[in-house]
Amino acid sequence: MAASASSRSKTQKNAGPAEFTRDQELHAYREMLLIRRFEEKAGQMYGMGLIGGFCHLYIGQEAVVVGMQMVAKEGDQIITGYRDHGHMLVCGMDPKGVMAELTGRRGGLSKGKGGSMHMFSKEKHFYGGHGIVGAQVSLGTGLAFANHYRGNGNVSMVYFGDGAANQGQVYESFNMAELWKLPAVYIIENNRYAMGTAVTRASAQSDFSKRGLSFNIPGEQVDGMDVRAVRAAGEKALAWCREGKGPYILEMQTYRYRGHSMSDPAKYRSKEEVQKMREEHDPIEQVRGRLLREKFATEDELKAIDAKVRAIVAEAAEFATNDPEPDPSELWTDILV
Amino acid sequence: MAVNILMPALSPTMEQGKLAKWVKKVGDTVKSGDVLAEIETDKATMEVEAVDEGVLAAILIPDGTENVAVNTPIAIITAEGESADAVPAATSKPAPQDAGGEKPAAASMQSDLPAPPVVTVAAAPDVPPGTPMVAMTVREALRDAMAEEMRADEDVFIMGEEVAEYQGAYKITQGLLQEFGARRVIDTPITEHGFAGIGVGAAMTGLKPIVEFMTFNFAMQAIDQIINSAAKTLYMSGGQMGCPIVFRGPNGAAARVAAQHSQDFAAWYSQIPGLKVVAPYTAADYKGLMKSAIRDPNPIIFLENEILYGQTFDVPKLDDYTVPIGKARIHRTGKDVTLVSWSIGMTYAVKAAEELAKEGIEAEIIDLRTIRPMDTDTIIASVQKTGRCVTVEEGYPQSGVGAEIAARVMERAFDWLDAPVLRVTGKDVPMPYAANLEKLALPNVGEVIQAAKAVLYR
Repeated sequence: MAASASSRSKTQKNAGPAEFTRDQELHAYREMLLIRRFEEKAGQMYGMGLIGGFCHLYIGQEAVVVGMQMVAKEGDQIITGYRDHGHMLVCGMDPKGVMAELTGRRGGLSKGKGGSMHMFSKEKHFYGGHGIVGAQVSLGTGLAFANHYRGNGNVSMVYFGDGAANQGQVYESFNMAELWKLPAVYIIENNRYAMGTAVTRASAQSDFSKRGLSFNIPGEQVDGMDVRAVRAAGEKALAWCREGKGPYILEMQTYRYRGHSMSDPAKYRSKEEVQKMREEHDPIEQVRGRLLREKFATEDELKAIDAKVRAIVAEAAEFATNDPEPDPSELWTDILV
Repeated sequence: MAVNILMPALSPTMEQGKLAKWVKKVGDTVKSGDVLAEIETDKATMEVEAVDEGVLAAILIPDGTENVAVNTPIAIITAEGESADAVPAATSKPAPQDAGGEKPAAASMQSDLPAPPVVTVAAAPDVPPGTPMVAMTVREALRDAMAEEMRADEDVFIMGEEVAEYQGAYKITQGLLQEFGARRVIDTPITEHGFAGIGVGAAMTGLKPIVEFMTFNFAMQAIDQIINSAAKTLYMSGGQMGCPIVFRGPNGAAARVAAQHSQDFAAWYSQIPGLKVVAPYTAADYKGLMKSAIRDPNPIIFLENEILYGQTFDVPKLDDYTVPIGKARIHRTGKDVTLVSWSIGMTYAVKAAEELAKEGIEAEIIDLRTIRPMDTDTIIASVQKTGRCVTVEEGYPQSGVGAEIAARVMERAFDWLDAPVLRVTGKDVPMPYAANLEKLALPNVGEVIQAAKAVLYR
């Protein structure tokens, strides 16, 4: 499978993914680095017992949300499953609030009542953070329905994984989205494993870009490790939706470096496979390499970005460690409006 | 700055583990993401990756050490050229969970569980004297309620199977397509899970969907979206994101449609915090409660009854007739025994009360109207007067709504009870098809009379 990914990225290199400007490269670098460092810190804090329950890290997949968000417009909604920290950071949600939610504190974005998998921001148009695999696909189609109903020109960006792609409600949603020409981009983050099950063991059709064919929904496979390819594909898909042509499917071929959750030893794949992806396809290293090669930035400038990102993450961790737990009276609030 | 590497917790339940093997040696340069060591937990062998960068200056726990407690310092990483002594192992930060009183919240956690808030619902406003009444069916009352709210609020729309062109499988949405058009009266494919989720997603943006299930039996396909998405999101978002949606449709048994089409779901939904559950009996209540449900900012389960659809009642002729959710109605006053029911169950209670009156027994009938939040005060006040209580429902006995009422009466009016609370319910069987068996499976007037007499020891 690694071979198919690399050959595909080669194809796309020949096709020439749109080159980034210096500003775009630097933006993508910083955004991806923030997610990477945030997630590493979350992993560490989980290890220290500060974060409980389930915690799914986004390390390795950063280019997907960063590239897509580069072409989103104000008002476009985002919804995803439980591997959601990166999506929130890229929406501009406060890293302190995200981390404090992970530690279950009162300053968390859900006042400590949602946890890693359940956070929301009306202001940033982030609709969760959903713990039931595939549920966000119908909900995200509902966001697209609302855009269509209101005629506001916004697009719903619906993220789900290769595992969720086998849930029945995904296809119920595809059907209605195309039937009613709803503005939804379905972004399938194919990281090759649904928990411990490799795509080929779970999917009769493992080309996820074809999953909308019987509904006439166009789709394409994208090198999800190359932020430029993601951005280019996202631009096309969002334009399609805004023109009123209905939904669009993007299969992002990506990879998670860590286990499914913190307690997953990831025995279902070889260390070599992970190492190869890290060395040859790392989304951040690709941008870093180009920044240096193109002389867009010096090592020192990149180090300065790194230091700034680390400071943001350190501040978030500090806040999330020292912020008090919710007041016990919060047990009974927010059940009904 | 030198930092301690602590023994990590690698699962939600891990307290200690074995430090199986160091992958890095003292003196090695360490980058973020490098594997430092392998650790055996109770479930698996896991790799520990570095977060901080620098040089592995010291290993504090050697290969093969068993039972290393979580958060024990296991190594020190220093910046290039810095001494490991910069951070003595003893200064390792204890995890805040163990910090006891140091943490602001820890002390308050020891305080007693806070009491749940007391929910008060304003009584239904009296219908002004002299208000003309108009006889209409439950079916017409529901349609009028939805039409009035759709006229008043552009954000209200209805979606479901056959609601538009077919005019409703049970003709509840008759005429709505003609008045409001296909944008707001939307025929869906047969896809309950999907369109329930679409409705919930639309509601999260502030639209006010009415989602019709052809029957609530089919809503089992959608129950994950109803409970996990609609009911819980407000809480999980810390109050940021509500879900103003009405799920409605016929609930319970119709006639001769057998087990899969005849279940009463009142008890199921009534168990869920974050939902309101309504199950009216009269056309006036159908109209007033539907209008309140559409305006309510919370997810509402509106349980209708197919047999009641065609029944006619007087409805006040008012421009804007609403009934508050969460308020029971005393349908008949009496001093001898309290009958508590709702929806189709009321038909048995009403007939039983008429029969009992012939024998000099005056039953008080409480039409609960809303199952959640339950108007316990009205039930208790009545039981304090009569000392006896019988519940009547078509649903199953185990963990049924009647069981909940019995528990509340026992908790709050034990000293007033002159007899145990009795339940008249559907029988504990899947609904049979054969006419005679179906009749046996449902409650009947005779059973209500019998139960009332039993609690009166007559």
